Amino acid sequence: MRRRLGVLLLLLATQASAEIPEAERRSGYHDMGASVQAMQDDDMANPAMLWVVEGENLWKRKAGAAGKSCDDCHGEPERMVVVALRYPAFSDSANRPINLDQRINQCRTENQKAPAYAYESRELLALSALVSMQSRDQPIQPSADPRLRSFTEAGAAAFAQRQGQLNLSCAQCHDDNHGKKLGAATIPQAHPTGYPIYRLEWQSLGSLQRRLRNCLIGMRAEPYAYGAPDYVALELYLMKRAAGMSFEAPGVRP
Amino acid sequence: MNHSPLTRRRFLARSGIATAGAAFVTVLPLLPAQATAESLAAAIKEIVGSAKLNAGRVTLDIPPLVENGNTVPMKISVESPMTAKDHVKAIHVFNEKNPQPHVLNAYLGPRAGRASISAHIKLADSQKVVAIAELSDGSFWSASAEVIVTIAACTEEVT
Amino acid sequence: MSNALIRLPRSVKKGEVFEIKTLVQHPMETGYRSGTNGTIIPRDIIEEMICTYNGVEIFRMRMSSAVAANPFVSFHTVATESGTLFFRWTGDNGFKLEETARITVA
Repeated sequence: MRRRLGVLLLLLATQASAEIPEAERRSGYHDMGASVQAMQDDDMANPAMLWVVEGENLWKRKAGAAGKSCDDCHGEPERMVVVALRYPAFSDSANRPINLDQRINQCRTENQKAPAYAYESRELLALSALVSMQSRDQPIQPSADPRLRSFTEAGAAAFAQRQGQLNLSCAQCHDDNHGKKLGAATIPQAHPTGYPIYRLEWQSLGSLQRRLRNCLIGMRAEPYAYGAPDYVALELYLMKRAAGMSFEAPGVRP
Repeated sequence: MNHSPLTRRRFLARSGIATAGAAFVTVLPLLPAQATAESLAAAIKEIVGSAKLNAGRVTLDIPPLVENGNTVPMKISVESPMTAKDHVKAIHVFNEKNPQPHVLNAYLGPRAGRASISAHIKLADSQKVVAIAELSDGSFWSASAEVIVTIAACTEEVT
Repeated sequence: MSNALIRLPRSVKKGEVFEIKTLVQHPMETGYRSGTNGTIIPRDIIEEMICTYNGVEIFRMRMSSAVAANPFVSFHTVATESGTLFFRWTGDNGFKLEETARITVA
């Protein structure tokens, strides 16, 4: 009887973590020091722009058996102004939600008839950075597509679930303790507003998936494989949790 | 956040950058694992010799605390008219606790107009950074700063 | 294949001092990090960066392993006449990257 009561209290405690109200949502940009903020603000100091330039070149390059470039179908990159904001999105051909990187690869394989890029490859990051940058300063507005609902809920459940050797959930740090310190680092609210980011720790541009893997390793949990639907569900939930926030890709983070 | 257009020029490099795949070769490190105050002093002596190291004229702008030592923005300015007769010939930067004491050497001259440079550097640990300006009259001027280096949470390494 | 970004003002007045900003893509592997099984990842850095203005050297920098990956470097120069700024980065493993930019001096 006591054990059941204990379990009930624990369940209540976990469910007590709530989404941050829209008015209080804060980008990780504000948790960084002024010098890193300055690096993000200046396109000439932000190393992510080196990948954007590569993206611009790849955008115009004809590829695959179909001999098409991104340009041929999509026109100028500037036309992709709201694309990054609405990913992950439901893919009819995959019959599940896919994120932006997976969508780029879907274009590669289905439209260009070219091989997919490896996750975290230079080319995929370059194109992702180019497309994401077009949505800079726009507000995140999650899709109302009803097919996404169950996946978003799965993402929400994963966010609240304790895991790993440290038995922590994402929510415990990022909903309950944001603004406090973990070691010397300030715990951010963990919004996906800046991805792909140039993480100083990686000394490279990287995707949201790479960062989520770092979180899992930080909790001493085994990270899911790259491309796992678990990440897409989490990304869906994170975008919903960040609704109304301004996009700032490609960001710089410590 | 205001974003202005870039000069987007790209040039294919004839490069032979080693890929990560070529990394797995046993190489004995030739240098000690960590520089010391002695190696910093020795590196400075190599440049300055027995000349006097004056304080002043040099401003070393570096954040006192950084969230990640991998990319630390640094700006160095030296008061100088930058004329043919009186200019900064070089700016030498050293560190105290990286595996080796050098950071960079910048070579200027009267064409610079202003002795002011910026660069992103790497600091392995909390330590002192020293900037020494070498003037055309053979004099040396220096400034130093202490930087606290902290590390990010949740990385790819299980520490 | 590396990219480099260069920013200068579109045009400057003769005699004016202006800033040149550069960003180059390079891993700047220090040679002090361990890879798998404790083996050291070999050093792979840019050693030197040179800038010439209509053929005359106006800036040179020697870099060590203490320069950050994808290094940002900025410096100043006096606008003398219109022409070409030439940049060259060289380093380990035969690394060589060249880039040019035009400067218009009124």
